Amino acid sequence: MSKDRASRRLPILASIVFALMLTIVPLPDAASPFRPDWVALTLIYWAMNLPKSYSVGSAWIVGIVLDVAHGTLLGQHALALCFMVYVTVKFHLQMRQFPLSQLTATVFALLALYQFILFWINGVAGVHAAAATYWGPVLSGTIIWPLLSMLFSGLRYRAHSRV
Amino acid sequence: MAAAPTDIQHRSPNIPALGLRFLLLAGLSILLLVIDHQHNHLDATRKAIGAAVYPLRIVVDAPISLWRWIGETAASRNELKLENSRLNAERLLTHARLQRYASLEAENTRLRAMLQATAGVRDRVRVAEIMSVSANPFRHVLVVDKGTRDGVYDGQPMLDADGVVGQVIEAGLLSSQGILISDPDHALPIEVNRNGLRTIAVGTGEYDRLDLPFLPNNADIGAGDLLVTSGLGGAFPAGYPVAVVETVTRIPQEPFAAVSARPAAALNQVREIMLIWSVDGGTETAVTEADNNE
Repeated sequence: MSKDRASRRLPILASIVFALMLTIVPLPDAASPFRPDWVALTLIYWAMNLPKSYSVGSAWIVGIVLDVAHGTLLGQHALALCFMVYVTVKFHLQMRQFPLSQLTATVFALLALYQFILFWINGVAGVHAAAATYWGPVLSGTIIWPLLSMLFSGLRYRAHSRV
Repeated sequence: MAAAPTDIQHRSPNIPALGLRFLLLAGLSILLLVIDHQHNHLDATRKAIGAAVYPLRIVVDAPISLWRWIGETAASRNELKLENSRLNAERLLTHARLQRYASLEAENTRLRAMLQATAGVRDRVRVAEIMSVSANPFRHVLVVDKGTRDGVYDGQPMLDADGVVGQVIEAGLLSSQGILISDPDHALPIEVNRNGLRTIAVGTGEYDRLDLPFLPNNADIGAGDLLVTSGLGGAFPAGYPVAVVETVTRIPQEPFAAVSARPAAALNQVREIMLIWSVDGGTETAVTEADNNE
């Protein structure tokens, strides 16, 4: 059973690690404001589909790692991801019934919520940035979501059928 | 069909104590935020997690290094010869400049001795390669491949060939994070090279602009003035170029002039930076090349 679980968890852990790598990979200056929040998107997907295994706890740990990788205040991304995943898990049954268009709109709202918490903590801590820089990742993340969810559902069914 | 039991399990709507867990974790995050913002007690934690992220950085950096390696290996003999001759010419030029510099430095030491001032600070330099730059648009941070194992320390100045790049904010064991002078949170004590007018240069969040917000309207400063580190504040050794003044706007009813400058270092183009160690009273400027295999 434990081996079973391990083999089912592996693709999910791999996807999170890969999302972290995409987050720190250098991009050209013109593109970097539009880097999607890979980690946030990945966590939304897994929290929506496997909320028993991946919910606020995993999000918090990943968030702390993200804080260190970004060099931001420790706990900033952790809090933002945690809250976003909490909302996702709270509404995961509804979200699973949504058609793709509606789900994408929901993901847009979740990403905006995530960026808002980052913005809010930055404001309290006195880190200043143009408000426009927060919108880039939200927009690109929403655009990339349908592709990403298709990719992940393929990954998930392959992992399950292998068991 | 093998997946059926797990699917049923996941379909059950109740996630045990979700709200409670969220509240606990949120409280913990806020506690961490407050501690991290007000004190620096979490450095050890940061370093431990940073060490865990290091392999990821290596993996991310690998394709880029490989690409560069392929480019260098596949460069034609002709190109290499051209580059070689160019570098040779450049070396000759710098050497000639350095000779003059050596005699100037000797003269300076003599004059300082006559004035009974302390001898100028000598610097030791080491080249470090940039592994990644910050993904965060409001945080101009880069990661270099040297850490405390190589003697890097918090607050250490980082330079490139043209001027000051930034300073180390977090020295890990194998890699370190540095903040760029263009980060909105970074302020650097500088002076105008022409007349020694002292002020502070503040980052703007744009790679090609620094602000000098604390100069009065009648300050003696103009476009084209070179700004160098003043050495006050202790973090940076004095005399390294920082930026060149671009525009000076004097508005009569405002108490301060709006001065903006362009950093001398190419902040968004550097691939290698130099880490500076200040060595008191040394007799020779030692340059240690980094042991990277390129």
